[in-house]
Amino acid sequence: MVQAFYEAPAYHLILEGILILWIIRLLFSKTYKLHETYKLTEKEKEDLIEEWQPDPLVPPISKDHPSLNYDVVTGPPSHKIIINGKECINFASFNFLGLLDNERVKQKALASLKKYGVGTCGPRGFYGTFDVHLELESRLAKFMKTEEAIIYSYGFATIASAIPAYSKRGDIIFVDEAACFSIQKGLQASRSFIKYFKHNDMEDLERLLKEQELEDQKNPRKARVTRKFIVVEGLYINTADVCPLPELVKLKYKYKVRIFLEESMSFGVLGEHGRGVTEHFGVNIDDIDLISANMENAVASIGGFCCGRSFVIDHQRLSGQGYCFSASLPPMLAAAAIEALNIMEEDPGTKCCSVHSNLTPGLRLVGVPFAPALHLQLDRSSGSRDSDMQLLRNIVDYCMQRQVALTLARYLEKEERFLPPPRYVNVGGNHASWVGCSQRFQSDPWDELAKCKNSTVKAVELIVVAVPHTDQYDLQSNNNSRRTDKKE
Amino acid sequence: RERHDQSHAAPKRGQHHGGLYKRPFVESFEETPMLVAVLTYMGYGILTIFGYLRDFLRQWKIERCHIAREKEEQRDFVPLYQDFENFYTRNLYMRIRDNWNRPICSVPGAKMDLMERASHDYNWTFEYTGRVVHDVINLGSYNYLGFAENTGPCAESAAEVTVKYGVGVASSRQEIGNLDRHEEMEKLVAKFLGVESAMAFGMGFATNSMNIPALTGKGCLILSDELNHASLVLGARLSGSIIRVFKHNNMQSLEKLLREAIVHGQPRTHRPWKKILIVVEGIYSMEGSIVRLPEVIALKKHYRAYLYLDEAHSIGALGPRGRGVVDYFGLDPCDVDVMMGTFTKSFGAAGGYIAGKRELIEYLRSHSHSAVYATSMSPPVVEQIITSMKCIMGEDGTTIGCERVRRLAENTVYFRKRLREMGFIIYGNKDSPVVPMMLYMPAKIGAFGREMLKRNIGVVVVGFPATPIIESRARFCISASHSRELLDKVLGAICEVGDVLQLKYSRHRIQPSLVRPFDDSVYEDIDD
Repeated sequence: MVQAFYEAPAYHLILEGILILWIIRLLFSKTYKLHETYKLTEKEKEDLIEEWQPDPLVPPISKDHPSLNYDVVTGPPSHKIIINGKECINFASFNFLGLLDNERVKQKALASLKKYGVGTCGPRGFYGTFDVHLELESRLAKFMKTEEAIIYSYGFATIASAIPAYSKRGDIIFVDEAACFSIQKGLQASRSFIKYFKHNDMEDLERLLKEQELEDQKNPRKARVTRKFIVVEGLYINTADVCPLPELVKLKYKYKVRIFLEESMSFGVLGEHGRGVTEHFGVNIDDIDLISANMENAVASIGGFCCGRSFVIDHQRLSGQGYCFSASLPPMLAAAAIEALNIMEEDPGTKCCSVHSNLTPGLRLVGVPFAPALHLQLDRSSGSRDSDMQLLRNIVDYCMQRQVALTLARYLEKEERFLPPPRYVNVGGNHASWVGCSQRFQSDPWDELAKCKNSTVKAVELIVVAVPHTDQYDLQSNNNSRRTDKKE
Repeated sequence: RERHDQSHAAPKRGQHHGGLYKRPFVESFEETPMLVAVLTYMGYGILTIFGYLRDFLRQWKIERCHIAREKEEQRDFVPLYQDFENFYTRNLYMRIRDNWNRPICSVPGAKMDLMERASHDYNWTFEYTGRVVHDVINLGSYNYLGFAENTGPCAESAAEVTVKYGVGVASSRQEIGNLDRHEEMEKLVAKFLGVESAMAFGMGFATNSMNIPALTGKGCLILSDELNHASLVLGARLSGSIIRVFKHNNMQSLEKLLREAIVHGQPRTHRPWKKILIVVEGIYSMEGSIVRLPEVIALKKHYRAYLYLDEAHSIGALGPRGRGVVDYFGLDPCDVDVMMGTFTKSFGAAGGYIAGKRELIEYLRSHSHSAVYATSMSPPVVEQIITSMKCIMGEDGTTIGCERVRRLAENTVYFRKRLREMGFIIYGNKDSPVVPMMLYMPAKIGAFGREMLKRNIGVVVVGFPATPIIESRARFCISASHSRELLDKVLGAICEVGDVLQLKYSRHRIQPSLVRPFDDSVYEDIDD
């Protein structure tokens, strides 16, 4: 090689030497990025920092925003409720079984307070597990005839922590369009693919499942690790109707998806013993992978629970965010829930009576006959949501003056995915609770109920007549003007 | 991952911002000794090898499998859990599972009663023997001011309210669940903190995860501390904003991020940010460190960002009047844009609050997820908050509140000093009532918990994934209801166990000082 070096012509060597030097220079020079952020001088940076004006932390709210002024309730919220100083019959709280002011529940809560104090001062993992929690979990599991149950300290957080514990990025969830807000937050936290199917429409769901099956066949390796879930509610809070559970179970086994059932409204209400929509339809409870409910409606306490097989539920003890990172349920609320369960088990009579009365003109009753809470919706909308809400607000105020408490169903308009139309909630309650309050009324509760219904009718008539005449309402006002007798 | 210490037990006087700190800010995070780190990694390595071996044996049915199995009919569904996700749970956590979820059956005060559990299959299942272990000293509950009690004025008023109002409310705040007690409580919270108004929610975790999305959205930037709580992380994620993380309590890192953010704008489009929100906590419960609030406020004012302060652990526990970390540094509460806290720790109740200017609270009343969809708080819990807060403020006519705040501060300083003298590695600020003591090795986690229980003391031990993998620790929560004798007993037991398990890793022994009586000016003058 050294010989070749001597034999090479001079220009060759010079050329190669220059090339080598060039390569060395290129190696040590700085890299040149195509989209390099242009260098700013310090002064320019300071100027930019001076100029930047952030938006105000919160946008200004007008003084008469409808959600700003809360109705203040003094005194206990039970059958009769004192709102803004007026005593009304309570059609607005979700007190389905009438247990909010049950003496036994209160006494048990009092006994628990005297033993444990109020708060638990710790999460479940760090000395926040009390024997009442363990008892409540085992009672719930026994009541629902499942293997295990787990308690959360907040009803909203129950399903919102349960869904992200199982479904991660890359998994697929099929959800009904009318799912409630806490389910939507759970879906958002899980970062999975969400596919909505039309409310209670099994054909639509089957179409989506078939499409997914085709996708899976194209990519079997990915399909083997992608989990699929269906999330439905037993009794939808937004539309007050039930999901078709037997068809869902058939679809589950056909397409191999798991079912998560949210039973906040139907627990304690539907089914022969109050076990919810699985008992109502006679579906085997082992077929449902996870049942979640909150204890704030029928079981008049605070908190929520999930129940199912141990294989499924045990996972949440380490990965349910609302369970591991949050303080446990105060023991007096757990004791109240246990007593409410006792009462439910002792008296498994028919849980719900129907409160369908003759439909009031201009208003439409939305919901199935056996639902404990129904929606009253305007028959025809005036076109603008704000004016609809204002009309409903007037109706609610009018009813409150007549001593009937109703409430506007509240939604976060910008955050809901499929915003339900304006409506208000009318809670029928059940026979047992009305029997309880008949002593106070000293009359047949059904008379009172009818009176309330008539008040509502009256309210709608008068307001409808009073509304500046728009085309939609003219027809009804003509019909109503015939009924001129005023009864109190 | 090792973290370098910031001071070698010598006080760091905040030289850069000398005028901001009215008192010495002393924090220390001593570096992990090299030998200990190596041995810890080796320990985890051995456990992992054994884990694989056991999995192998379980798969080939040589060893009995206790793990719950999927239903027969659903065998060919996509598996619900991947095997490797649960490797740590199956093989490492299960061995020492008896240190967590210990059930108690009394008030979680200074002493508690534990239900005895026994396991015959190495912690896979537990049985309750029916016996109760009485008077276990409680160093694990967040009972900073000792309000977890079942007698006294708080419990009595809560009992009255239970009888009068019942336990449930069954409606959300905007519908028909807004009781007069709720409004009174919110006014009291605002007065306690020294701000214009406040709003309360039923769960501390949900307060963060439901209100941060209401405050920020797309086009906003959230700068959050490395070690923020899971609720803050979840709230930030749910809001849809861009999240950038700065090093724990490191003001240079925060300033650098702020400057870069404002100068360069949003990623890719370079449009200016709508808002920048700095999210910090008052006391970080795993480190025991206190946020450098004066510097954060100075930065926030200079760069026009907003500050969200989560005082879950520090409200009631810090400050000469118990008003939290703002009171501790002697700052103006109006400087913090959003003050958030929980009632679980120092007030012995449950729930969380957000406090600040009137416009902020009015906005939250109409736009917060919790006000619209979640049930309002239970009346006896609200009553407990009102009574305990009045007690701390001194409005009930007694000085019990002041006494407790003072006693907590004394206990904290004493406990930390004695532990440091004994030679343990303690993380965190000198004044924080959360005291993490380093254990490092995985076997010592289980051993420490069990040894302390044998001596009738209940402690909390934490390992991975709540902490970095080699930095497992035991965490003590000091309470105002711990008397000096109790603390001495505990310290004696810790010293004994520390010798048995060789936990005294610290290389900076401080000479034990003479016992000096504490004077009232405990906040003015701290010297060793």
